[in-house]
Amino acid sequence: MKEILWIGRGGQGAFTAAKLFGAAYTVNHDAHYALAFPSFGPERRGAPVRAFTKLDEKPVLDRSQTEQADYIVVLDDTLYSPELLSHLKADGRIIVNSKEPLPETFSFDAEAIAAEFRLPTVNTVMLGIVSAISGYITEEQAVNAIEGYMPQKIQARNAGAVKLAREAVQK
Amino acid sequence: MSKKFLSGNEAFAEGIRLAKPDVISAYPITPQTIVVERLSEMVEDGSLKSEFIHVESEHSALSCAIGASAAGARAFTATSSQGLLYMAECLYYASGGRFPIVMMNADRSTALPWNIYGDQRDSLSQLDSGWIQVYAENAQEALDLALMSWRIAEDSRVSTPVMVNLDGFVLTHTYETVEIPEQAQADAFLSPYVTENRIDFGNPKNLAFSAGPDTNYIFKYKAHEAMLAARKAVAETETAFAEIFGRAYTGLLECYRTEDADYILVTLGSIAGLCRESAERLRQQGIRVGVVRIRYMRPFPNAEIAAVLKNAKAFGVLEKDISFGNEGTVYTNVNSALQKAGIRIPGYNFIGGLGGRNISAGDVAQIFAAIQNGTDSVNFVGIGGDGNGE
Repeated sequence: MKEILWIGRGGQGAFTAAKLFGAAYTVNHDAHYALAFPSFGPERRGAPVRAFTKLDEKPVLDRSQTEQADYIVVLDDTLYSPELLSHLKADGRIIVNSKEPLPETFSFDAEAIAAEFRLPTVNTVMLGIVSAISGYITEEQAVNAIEGYMPQKIQARNAGAVKLAREAVQK
Repeated sequence: MSKKFLSGNEAFAEGIRLAKPDVISAYPITPQTIVVERLSEMVEDGSLKSEFIHVESEHSALSCAIGASAAGARAFTATSSQGLLYMAECLYYASGGRFPIVMMNADRSTALPWNIYGDQRDSLSQLDSGWIQVYAENAQEALDLALMSWRIAEDSRVSTPVMVNLDGFVLTHTYETVEIPEQAQADAFLSPYVTENRIDFGNPKNLAFSAGPDTNYIFKYKAHEAMLAARKAVAETETAFAEIFGRAYTGLLECYRTEDADYILVTLGSIAGLCRESAERLRQQGIRVGVVRIRYMRPFPNAEIAAVLKNAKAFGVLEKDISFGNEGTVYTNVNSALQKAGIRIPGYNFIGGLGGRNISAGDVAQIFAAIQNGTDSVNFVGIGGDGNGE
């Protein structure tokens, strides 16, 4: 099972990214299964939130919160701390939205791409980055999920952000 | 048939849309809210032609459903936690009046301390209310139960309301891939509700009446008989469901590798998947363990549980409930099943997940170890035994 832990602040769309990733993985794939859920509780704008995506080629039975992740995705660099390294699997990686490179992470300025597409949050940019680095989902699957589960008027801009983020990583 | 990535609440709402209730009366409460929101959106956009009654409380929500059912309508409501407790008075009117209402309950902790997270102390406190109680494990089963429950409730041998329980958040708010059947399939499976137990000016009769000491107990006996008849209705409903939708269910309980198991963990709801995964790991180490997931708490699978546990060396019951001063109610029920069958093996109760506390793979591994090694009768996961071991 592959596990992604998303860390952001309420309103940044960490759970939306977690959900889109799960939907993308299972879209048109009978042999793919996913779970996506937020850290449960009242939603408060600006408060730290976690979200989880679990992917497997058999039904995902374990609904508990991820303790060791393949990828930890941090949408807001003020939420990064080296303590997160202890929540990675042996070959796991941390991906951070940050203008400055942070040690032992893949740091990426996601805000530049979000701004280019007039997006108020970086969640789909980060989704594009994780999809490119992990290889868990293709660009087409990511775009399909956006088209299936986001309001129509923001689909094109978010799909554009995913494509550009993937190109930036693959360079 | 289409596949969608939905939460448990959304999947359940899709199932209710397919069942086409005439009346929906509900009051929102976390973590049930999304069901009510989705259903009201469906009514608004015309894809569900139900009368949606916005009520001022849970007590009124179920009262409205009872009134609708007494008029011969298919009536749905949904609640959770304190909302269920607030409507408790009406639960007995619904079951005593033999109104086949379906209610979704998002299993949530009860106050105090106040808490919105999932456990099963709300619904398990209402086992005696005369409702059929079923517990879903995942979103697909939730959707499927949203269809099957009507057929069971409205079966003329049963005519008893059904409470479908979804673990709060862990199931209601978790997204997963769900197959949504076609309306034509749902229509083939579920006929419109037709009953004589209704207000009919052409055939006036007394409904929801009082009955004195000489006859009252006969009604209670009939209610018990009807609940027992639900066992057959569940089996028949699942057979018909499998024929039309291609998904099979296993009756009042579901067993995983119990045939040759020395140690068996009995549980219910969405935690069962993690228990099966843990059992599989122990199997790989050569330890013969199995898992029983109770699907129906009422009618209770007495004979089935006894048949599964009879050759085990020991068993455990993991539940998100405690009856203070005694033990978890599921454990009480399982022990009663064994006692009636003359089976005497060591059994231990594990109380976990109260107030939404995460139950981890490590916790389940420790539970299996405790079943093998022996422990107190009642154990709080992550805290320890209550000191009243045998």
